[in-house]
Amino acid sequence: MIESKSLILHTATRFLLPLQLLFSLFLLLRGHDEPGGGFIAGLVAAGAIALYLFAFDVPSTKRMLRASPHDLFGLGLLLAAVSGIPALFLGKPYLTALWWELEFPFFGEIKLSTPLLFDIGVYLVVIGSVLSIVMTLAEAE
Amino acid sequence: MNVEVLVVLPVLLPFLSAALSLMTWRSQVAQRVIGVGGTALLFVASCVLLYTTYHEGILVMEMSNWPAPFGIVLVSDLLSAIMVLMTGIMAFTVVIYSLSATDPEYEKFGYYPLMHLLHGGVAGAFLTGDIFNLFVWFEVMLMASFSLLILGGSRGQMEGAIKYVTINLVSSVIFLSAIGLLYGMTGTLNMAHIAVVLQGAESPMVTVVAMMFMVSFGIKAGSFPLFFWLPASYHTPPIAVSALFAGLLTKVGAYALFRMFTLMFMDDVQFTHNIILWAGVLTMVTGVLGAAAQFEFRRILSIHIISQIGYMLMALGLLAHTDIRSEVAVLALAGGIFYIVHNIVVKTNLFLVSGVVNQLLGSYELKKLGGLYRHKPFLSLLFFVSALSLAGLPPLSGFFAKFAVIRAGLEAYQWVPVFFGLLVGALTLYSMVKIWMYVFWRPLPEDHPMPERLNGKWDPKTIWMYAPIIVLTIATILLGVYGEPAFQVCLAAGEQLVDPSQYIEAVNPMDHMWLGEGE
Amino acid sequence: MEPLMAYVVGGLFAASIYMILRRSIVKLVIGLILLSNAANLLIFTASGLTRGAPPLIPEGAQFPDPMPAADPLPQALILTAIVIAFGVLAFAVVLINRAYEILGVDDLDLMKETDA
Repeated sequence: MIESKSLILHTATRFLLPLQLLFSLFLLLRGHDEPGGGFIAGLVAAGAIALYLFAFDVPSTKRMLRASPHDLFGLGLLLAAVSGIPALFLGKPYLTALWWELEFPFFGEIKLSTPLLFDIGVYLVVIGSVLSIVMTLAEAE
Repeated sequence: MNVEVLVVLPVLLPFLSAALSLMTWRSQVAQRVIGVGGTALLFVASCVLLYTTYHEGILVMEMSNWPAPFGIVLVSDLLSAIMVLMTGIMAFTVVIYSLSATDPEYEKFGYYPLMHLLHGGVAGAFLTGDIFNLFVWFEVMLMASFSLLILGGSRGQMEGAIKYVTINLVSSVIFLSAIGLLYGMTGTLNMAHIAVVLQGAESPMVTVVAMMFMVSFGIKAGSFPLFFWLPASYHTPPIAVSALFAGLLTKVGAYALFRMFTLMFMDDVQFTHNIILWAGVLTMVTGVLGAAAQFEFRRILSIHIISQIGYMLMALGLLAHTDIRSEVAVLALAGGIFYIVHNIVVKTNLFLVSGVVNQLLGSYELKKLGGLYRHKPFLSLLFFVSALSLAGLPPLSGFFAKFAVIRAGLEAYQWVPVFFGLLVGALTLYSMVKIWMYVFWRPLPEDHPMPERLNGKWDPKTIWMYAPIIVLTIATILLGVYGEPAFQVCLAAGEQLVDPSQYIEAVNPMDHMWLGEGE
Repeated sequence: MEPLMAYVVGGLFAASIYMILRRSIVKLVIGLILLSNAANLLIFTASGLTRGAPPLIPEGAQFPDPMPAADPLPQALILTAIVIAFGVLAFAVVLINRAYEILGVDDLDLMKETDA
């Protein structure tokens, strides 16, 4: 088991992890029209958690996540698969994009859509699959 | 909802089951309920899909509402619908079988989610009308099969998996390169559109790309001389996994060959289909000879998969020697499709029987087995029917499948392939009789004491292992004695294949080509 | 540009096949990595190389500017293929790691248990 004793890595990780997760959310949400999207955001988030894994160890990473990679993978797959279904009920082909515009008091107009749901699904699938691979390798050490 | 919803259901349902099953991985009961329920729904959906496709013609769904050829289309013609139905049947029966056959340890390591992903990948590969999407479904299917193959992690599985993974990756890369070159030539990925662009192209590059596809799918189907990975890996995983692989995975390669070499690459039939024909002949001969030398139950069955693939390739290859629109061509393709259907049922069933034998006697080695006819006459009967069907004896499904292919061969005046087809049938009988003699007929070897299980009372838990075997055995008898309706559907599928314009019109890739035909 | 790319692709394919045929399983995986990269470059080259012409349509316009724009589809194909190759190769790395633990050898010639 790799366990880094480096104080610098420990301390830096505690600051970097939230920042990287925030950045991954930013990438996820801007991904519809601009560079970004679920896949790359998922990789950034998985990278952040992998950094935590290097700084600490597998059990503490699992505690920090509070969910197993399998759960993330399953939830993501479910979201991505379900995101195409509403269109079927409107007589349109599977995965056809549907948009709703909502007015919120402070944020102004927010556009919600099924592609966003799909992207969140991809985001979770990528985090889940990358983490399950990295954790398998880390546990095998 | 439109009727086209049916096209997406066989892909969507396994993915939903996989997702739910992944989220409930802590509970064995939930996984089993989702496993049985999800595959039952898949089976029902695939039945309805075939019924609708047969009565209403080819169904097309343009994913995300992007018009063909720009978006990905899912197309269900009769060939696809038949194959999806077989996927549904296999998924359901194998999951029922694994309820009592699979080690609970494997269930914790994601057996059910991987099964569902495999079903989804296979159904997607059968339904897609986009060649790059076909590649993606192949990879989904392969990823699931890689993980299933190493479930349990024994030595043999590791060795088998390394060979399987490497060869399949090489095959995928050849496939991907061929897609790249084809896109460079035609400027499109939609299979119907490619067929339109390639009509009368007569470019030698097209034949080169066709050969790349042939090598890639030949590896996946296990055709001569690219089959060597199959006997090295298929007998290693848990038996339910072996059964599913044996039934479905190589047939996806065979399906892809049928699709590509009737829809897209029909310009140089003399060259390409002749190669398929002779590869088919060599495949069946080497497969059956390889099996004759084996003395391990699953290994004999694995190598037999190869020889059966040969008949399917032979059926497709006969197109080189007939007029493509003639009735002989229709008969050859219908025979090939019927052969795939028959083989999926029978081969899976034989693997399931071998699993029961292993559960009873604790071995797969023929030399350590024996005496089952005395103690388990009913199981012996089930094996006997399937084995005779595999060898092609009337009145079982194998007879009519072989009969159709061989009759098409005779009408195309291909005496040598026909001769080998008959000879291989006889040799198949030899292997099956060998298993029969060793495992069922002769008494148990004296140095191997009889396990208690044999004399014990009927264990009610094994009903889940017997039920799928009984169902599949009845299926092979029905396909034989009452095979006319099924063969009619196969004939209709063959008619659709010899006339690609139906497929092209249904997908209609030219309607939106406002920029004119590709470069 | 195309001839140069053709040589690069050919070189990558040759190198990867050489590595796949080695006996060590680590080299086998390196060969597979090179192989998927070679295929990606092949797609890129076969579908035509275009310089300095992003496939973007300016706001309000009907056609991309400059007009013969790069084809975005091969890029999408390669991106997808990279993602798939990433998944498969990650699996392959885990597999050879497990295989080495269980078998205790990294020599393909010694893995004969499943051969007939």
